[in-house]
Amino acid sequence: MLQQIEGSRAIAETVARCRPEVVCAYPISPQTHIIEAIGAMVKDGRLTPCEFINVESEFAAMSVSIGASAAGARAYTATASQGLLFMIEAVYNAAGLGLPIVMTLANRAIGAPINIWNDHSDAMAVRDAGWIQLFAETNQESADLHVQAFRLAEELSVPVMVCMDGFILTHAVEGVDLMDQELVDRFLPPYEPRQVLDPDDPVSIGAMVGPEAFEEVRYLAHLRQLDALELIPTVAAEFAALTGRASGGLVHPYRLEDAETVVIAMGSVLGTIKDAVDARRDPGERVGVLGITSFRPFPIAAVAEALRGARRVVVIEKSFSLGMGGVLATDVAMSAPWLGQRLVTVVAGLGGRPITRRGIEDVIERARRDDLAPLTFLDLDEGVIARERARMSASRRSGPFAENVLRDLGSATEARR
Amino acid sequence: MTEPTATRVHFYQVGSFAVGNRLLSADDRTVQSNPARTNSIDSGHRACQGCGEALGARYALDAAMRATNDRLVAVNATGCLEVFSTPYPETSWRIPWLHSLFGNAPAVATGVAAAMRVKGRDDVRVVGQAGDGGTVDIGFGTLSGMFERNDDVLFICYDNEGYMNTGVQRSAATPPAARTATTDVVGPEPGNVFGQGKDLPRIAMAHDIPYVATATVADLHDLERKVERAMEVRGARYLHVLVPCPLGWGSASSDTVRLARLATESGLFPVFEAEDGVVTGARRIRRRVGVEEYLRPQRRFAHLFNGAGRPDVVARLQAMADANIERYGLAPDEEE
Amino acid sequence: MERPFAITLDVGSSRANHTGSWRVERPVYVDRLPPCNDACPAGENIQRWLYHAESGDYENAWHTLVEENPLPAIMGRVCFHPCETACNRAQVDEAVGINAVERFLGDTALAHGWSLPAPGPATGRKVLVVGAGPAGLSAAYHLRRRGHAVRLVDSAPRLGGMLRYGIPAYRLPRDVLDAEIARIVNMGVEVGLNETVTDIAAAREAAGADAVFLAVGAQLGKRVSIPAGDSAKVIDAVSFLHQVADDDPPLLGRRVVVYGGGDTALDAARTAKRLGATDAVIVYRRNREKMPAHAEEVEQALGEGVTVRWLSTIERFEGERLVIEKMALNAEGFPEATGEFEELDADALVLALGQDTDLSLLAGSEVAVADGVVQVVDSMMTDVPGIFAGGDAAPSNRTATVAVGHGKRAARGIDAYLAGRVDERPARHALAEAGRLNTWYYADAPRTERPELERIRRQTNFEEVIGGLTEDNALFEARRCLSCGNCFECDNCFGVCPDNAVMKLGPGERYAFNYDFCKGCGICVAECPCGAIEMVPERI
Repeated sequence: MLQQIEGSRAIAETVARCRPEVVCAYPISPQTHIIEAIGAMVKDGRLTPCEFINVESEFAAMSVSIGASAAGARAYTATASQGLLFMIEAVYNAAGLGLPIVMTLANRAIGAPINIWNDHSDAMAVRDAGWIQLFAETNQESADLHVQAFRLAEELSVPVMVCMDGFILTHAVEGVDLMDQELVDRFLPPYEPRQVLDPDDPVSIGAMVGPEAFEEVRYLAHLRQLDALELIPTVAAEFAALTGRASGGLVHPYRLEDAETVVIAMGSVLGTIKDAVDARRDPGERVGVLGITSFRPFPIAAVAEALRGARRVVVIEKSFSLGMGGVLATDVAMSAPWLGQRLVTVVAGLGGRPITRRGIEDVIERARRDDLAPLTFLDLDEGVIARERARMSASRRSGPFAENVLRDLGSATEARR
Repeated sequence: MTEPTATRVHFYQVGSFAVGNRLLSADDRTVQSNPARTNSIDSGHRACQGCGEALGARYALDAAMRATNDRLVAVNATGCLEVFSTPYPETSWRIPWLHSLFGNAPAVATGVAAAMRVKGRDDVRVVGQAGDGGTVDIGFGTLSGMFERNDDVLFICYDNEGYMNTGVQRSAATPPAARTATTDVVGPEPGNVFGQGKDLPRIAMAHDIPYVATATVADLHDLERKVERAMEVRGARYLHVLVPCPLGWGSASSDTVRLARLATESGLFPVFEAEDGVVTGARRIRRRVGVEEYLRPQRRFAHLFNGAGRPDVVARLQAMADANIERYGLAPDEEE
Repeated sequence: MERPFAITLDVGSSRANHTGSWRVERPVYVDRLPPCNDACPAGENIQRWLYHAESGDYENAWHTLVEENPLPAIMGRVCFHPCETACNRAQVDEAVGINAVERFLGDTALAHGWSLPAPGPATGRKVLVVGAGPAGLSAAYHLRRRGHAVRLVDSAPRLGGMLRYGIPAYRLPRDVLDAEIARIVNMGVEVGLNETVTDIAAAREAAGADAVFLAVGAQLGKRVSIPAGDSAKVIDAVSFLHQVADDDPPLLGRRVVVYGGGDTALDAARTAKRLGATDAVIVYRRNREKMPAHAEEVEQALGEGVTVRWLSTIERFEGERLVIEKMALNAEGFPEATGEFEELDADALVLALGQDTDLSLLAGSEVAVADGVVQVVDSMMTDVPGIFAGGDAAPSNRTATVAVGHGKRAARGIDAYLAGRVDERPARHALAEAGRLNTWYYADAPRTERPELERIRRQTNFEEVIGGLTEDNALFEARRCLSCGNCFECDNCFGVCPDNAVMKLGPGERYAFNYDFCKGCGICVAECPCGAIEMVPERI
C-alpha cells in the first residue's frame, strides 16, 4: 500500500513485518527513528514475539544480536557512523561466526571533526568485515532491501547491512509502497539457523583457529560472498515477480546503452545523477549511469559487463581513502582494468555537503572534455585550503586544522556566540 | 547476618569440606562427587598444570547443569579459558558454548537469553563467563548494562587477578604490590600500586541485582550452593570466583586450592553473598592466618620478603584483610 | 546441524589430546600404616573397623575387629588404649575415642549374639594352653580358627585370669567377661579348671599336645620387708583383689592404706573404698607426674575420695599406726629420703608393689628364664621347640592388650611351627604421619565424653563406673577417625583434578588415575585429607 511516510518509519514498518525476534537499540543519529518506532511496536504488542532491548552501546547492540542469532533468533539492529565503528569488533565477529544478522546502516560521516550528516565513510570502514553491504537508492528500495536482506542472510548464513543515506533517506518523507504482512511472509520463511546453541545438540561455536586452518576459514567465507553474487539477483528477481518492483540486485544500469561516459555511484545520489544524465541525454550526449547496489560482494563481472562500451567512467563517491583516493573507484578499476586513466574519481558530498544536479552536470561536462583530474573533490573551497596551507607552513603550531578551517569560514566564531 | 553452610548434614570425619562423603545420600552429595557429573569442560584441555580456572569453570558449570537439568548455554569471553578449551580442531566443552569477543560476553549472553525467552524456551538458562580482565576491565561496560537491565543471565568471573593469557599483565583485579609484567618490582613502590582496582562484587551489588556472591575453588560446597541459589533466581546474577593461577602467581601447581583457601582464611578474599544489593551472608574464617602465610608461597609477592623485605607493604595488605574481616564480619566464632 | 568448518566444533573432541605427556611426576595411591594400628598391642586393624562403624555397619565393624581380638567388650573397658595416645587427631582437636567405640561394638555384639568366626577345618594337631587369662584366651581363639584342637587349663576355678582376679568388677562387669569367654570356649575349646600345671613337659605329654603355650601370668604379689607388729594387717593387692573377685573379701577395717603407684594400687584403694573403708590412702614415693598408673584411673580414684600421700615411703607399721618417711626427688627425678617422718592411722596395709611370675612349672625344662620371665623370640617360641610363652610371663609391659597380642602372635607362631614353616609377617607399611594429612578437610568435632556415673554411687557398690556410648555418639566418635594414610573415598582427588584425570571406581573400589590426561600438577596429593597419594618421578 503506497503511503507518504518517513524513510525511517518505512524501514521500521518493513523490518517489523520481517518478524525479527530480537531487536537491539542504541540511539545514534540518523538511525534513531527506526529503532524508536520498532520499540514502540514491541511495546504496544504490534510486534510480537519480539525482545526489544535497550542496550548501553553499539558494541552491546551487535553483541546481543550475535548471542540472539547464535541461539536461533532472527536478530536486527541499526546504527550509523561512530556507532558502527564502536561495534566494529563485533561486526567482524558476527560475520566470522556466520550469523545472519540484518543491520540498517544510516550512512553518516565519521569524526573528527564530529559530523552527523551523510556520507559513506562508515560503510567503507567495514567493507572487509565479511558482511553483505547493499546500498539503497530510495526509501522504497531501502524498505524492499530489508526484506531481501533477511532472506539472503539466512540462506547464506552471512550478515547483511542495508546502507541508506542518513537524513537524505532516513528523514525524507515520500511515497513508499509498504509490503503487507502476508506478502512478506510469502517471501521470507521462518529462520532456520545453520548452527544453533541447543542443549539437545551441544556444539562449541567460536573456536580458536590457528595458522593450520585460518586461511581456509577465510577463503570459505569469501566463497560465501561469491555465492551471494549468484543469490542476490535471484532473490531480487523473485522479489520483483512478487511485488513488481526492481529493487535490489547487484547493479542498476540506467541509460547505459551506447553510453560513452558512465557515471557510477551508490545510494541516494543516484537520483540526482539520473536527473543530470537525463538532462544531458536530451541534447544527445551519450552518457549513462551505473548504480551499485551490492558493494559487498562487489559484482566485478556485472560491472565489467556494464562498462564494456564505456569510453570514460566517473565514479562519484561519498568517501575516500585518505592518502589514496576513491574506494569504490578502486573496485571499479579492478573490474574494468582496461579503463586505465579513463577512470576518474570524484569525491563528493562528504559530511553532508549537498550534491547538486548542477554540480554533477558540471562533472559530466568536464569528463566529456577529459578535464577531470584522476581524483577530484567536488565543490572544494580552494581559498580555504590555500589559506590554511599557508598558515600551516608559517608555523608548526598552527592549531587544529578543522577549527582553523571553520574559523576561516567564520562559523567557529559564530558558534561560540 | 546468617552463616551460610554448604550442608546441614555433618559428618565429623570430613564434615562439609571434602568433595564427597560416602556416607551421604546421593542427593546430598556435591555435583563433583558424582561420577556421572557433566564434566562441562572435559579432559584434554590445554590449561597449565594446576589451573584454577579450569577447575573453577568445571565446578560452576557442572553445578549449573545439575541446577538446570542440563538446560544450559554458556557464553565465554576471550581469555585463557576460551583459548585452552577450544583450539581447533578440539573443544573441551560438553555443553552448548559460544565465544564471541573479549569484552562482550555479558551482552552476547543477554542475546542468548533473549532468544530463549522469545522462543518460549525459558527452561534453557544462560551463563556468561570471563576472566577478571573480561569482567572488570574490557567487559565492564557490557556487564554493567546486563546488570542494569536485569537480564536473565548468571555471569561468572573467574578471577585470577591479571591478564594471564597474554603473559601476566595487570588488570583492575590485580592486588596491590603484586608483580605483573606491567607492574614490575622496580622503583620505590614495586609491583602494583595501592589504591587502585575495582571491587566488582560490590559494584555488582550497587546495581541492586537479585544475587551477587563470591566463592573460591577451595570451598566446593559453598560454590555449588551459590550456583544452585543463583539458578533459583531469575534476572541478572553475578558470581565472582577466585581461581589461583600457578603461572601468573608464581606458585606451585599443587598449591592452587591451598592458596584459594589461604586467601579466604587471611581475609584478603571475602566470601559472601548478597541479595538485592544487601549482604545476606558471609563465610566466616575457620582458621585465621596472617596475610604473610598467603603471600609467601607466591613469587609475585617475593619482593616483599627478599632480604630485609617490605614489612610496611605487608602491613598495608594485612590492613586490607582486616578491613574485609571487619566489613563482612568474617572473624572466626571464637574471636567474636 | 551443519557445522561450519573449524569455527564450530563437536563436543568433547579434546579427549583426543592426551595431556598426560606433559607430566614429569605422577601421582600414585598409597596405603600407610595408621598410628592407631601401629600402636595397638593386639594388632587390631582399628582404622578398618572404624571405617565400617562410620557407616553404621556395626556388625561388619565387629567382625573386622574380632579378626584380631576376640574380646572387644573387655578391651573396650580395660585397655589403656595406646591407639588413642598415638592418634593423629589429637593434633587437630582430641584423639578419637577408639576404646569407647570398641566397647560399644563389643557390647552390641553381645546384645545381638553375633558369633565369632567358625573354627577352621581340623588339622589333627593339638595345643595345650596353660593359663586362661587374656593371652591364653586369645591364643585359644586364634588356634581354633586355624583348626587346631586346644586344651586350655587354669589353676583357678574360673576362666579369665587377671581379667577376673585382678580387675575389679566396677571396671569390668562379670557378665561381660563371662560372655566373651564363653564365646571362645564355644568354639570347641577343651577346658580344664583348677588344674595347676607343675611340670610343663609332663603336662604336654599328658595332654598329647603337639605344642604348648605358656600364659601363666604374674600372679604373685611382690612383698617388701616392712617392720610390722603382729597385729598389723598386711596383705598384697593381688591376693586382696583375688579374694574380692571370689566374693570372699578380707576384713580390712575403716582405714586402709595402699602402698604403691601402679594401676593395681588404684584398683585396691578403690575396691577398699567400695568395701566400706572411710579412708583409702595411697602412699607413693614419687609425685603424680611420675606415677606409673594411668592418669584417668588416678583421676577417677581421686574423684571417688581416695587420697594419696605423695613422696612418701612406709617405714614401719605399728599397731594402727603407719610411720611414713617424706621423700624428695633429686635432680634425676629419683626419690631420696629426707629423714622427716609422719604418722598415719591405718587398720590395714595393702601392698601393691608389682607382681612376679610363678615359673616353677619350668623346673627341669630347657626353657630359658631371665629377669623372672620366660625368654621368647618373635614368634613367641621359647628355647624349647614347641613351647611358646606370652602374656605377663613373657617380657612385656603387662597389660591385658599386650597379652591378647601375644596370644595371637603365639597362635600364628605355633601354626607355623606345626606346619614346619617359618613364621613370616608381612612387611609393614610406612607410618602415616600427621604431617602428611591435610587436616583442613576434617570438621571440628570434640570427642564425645563417655557418661560417668554419679560419683556417689561409685562409692558404695561395684556397678560399672564408665558408661558406654549410645549409638549416636559411637557413630559420631567413629566418624571422627581421620583414616590416616588410607583412602576413605572422600572424592577429593576426584573433585579437585582440573583435568578430570581421576576415575571413581565405585563404592569400596576407590579411584584410579587416568594417566592419559593427568598433567601431574599434584593438587590431588596436596588436597588428599589422609595423605594417601604421593608424587613419584615419571618413568621416562
